[in-house]
Amino acid sequence: MRMDLIQPFINAADAVFAESLQGPTKIGDLSMEEGAYRRKGIAALIAIKGDIEGRIILDLAPEVAYKVAGILTGGEATNDDQTARETVCELANMVIGNSVTLLNDQGYTFKVFPPEVHSSDEGLAGSQDTEAMVLAIETTCGNIFLNIAMHHLTRRRRERDAAPALR
Amino acid sequence: MPQFAALLKKDSQPVRYLVVDDSVFARKNIIKMVELFGGEVAGEAGDGLTAIAEFNRTKPDIVLMDITMPQMEGIEAVERIVRQHPEARIVMVSSVGYQENILAALQKGAKHFVQKPVKPEVLYEILRYVLSDDPAAAGAPVALAGEHRS
Repeated sequence: MRMDLIQPFINAADAVFAESLQGPTKIGDLSMEEGAYRRKGIAALIAIKGDIEGRIILDLAPEVAYKVAGILTGGEATNDDQTARETVCELANMVIGNSVTLLNDQGYTFKVFPPEVHSSDEGLAGSQDTEAMVLAIETTCGNIFLNIAMHHLTRRRRERDAAPALR
Repeated sequence: MPQFAALLKKDSQPVRYLVVDDSVFARKNIIKMVELFGGEVAGEAGDGLTAIAEFNRTKPDIVLMDITMPQMEGIEAVERIVRQHPEARIVMVSSVGYQENILAALQKGAKHFVQKPVKPEVLYEILRYVLSDDPAAAGAPVALAGEHRS
């Protein structure tokens, strides 16, 4: 996993949370994980395909989502499942949009798929067999978790091409 | 949130905005800001097609338009609105701010671009700039009283 592909997402998330939640943020411990992602609250998964491929999962507890919603809407949000889902989608869209801008300006082109919201207890489809970087960003509303797996497509193509020769 | 001097039209009437975004949250956030600037919401839309219909219905002074939306994206909606109403003043509001997108929007007739998350002071200055070329609006800095009090 290349940090130069992941760093734009971390930077964008940090900046977006600080700006939209109007408070300080702190990036917590980073770790590498493998296997299907188990969500902590309500999660949005966004897939990317093109020069680089992968997915980003943004995950937050419902009570954190309600606090975020209150700030984003100026206190007009209701505390229900729909609010939590819209909150995670809105945050994911802002983080992805800003990070895509950074990566695109570096010359990468790729397609970003709309966020899929997950709230079941199953491991997230599309997150299996993937080494991912996991981190929590501490905000004034609580922790927001990011799980990022990103690769250059050319590297994966080489790996796929090489696989039959190893058998 | 900081306080801002009202952005008004030359006849001292509030500037009327059409707010277009598929996210209810984003619309509420933008509406909160334009009301803070002394504006009035003429209409809302969640996609490009509805935006065109709402533009024709409400004839807003300014459109604040998201780019990535279902049914019809913002850039196509800009093209269609400007084709019918060359005087339309449209500001793109999107989290996707790479050059290709911005240039496409400007080429289709958008007046400006602001990246999400939107900072009120940035949006204020952009609106002030966009309104300044409008003979019907309080274009002069005096009338716009654009000094923002943070």
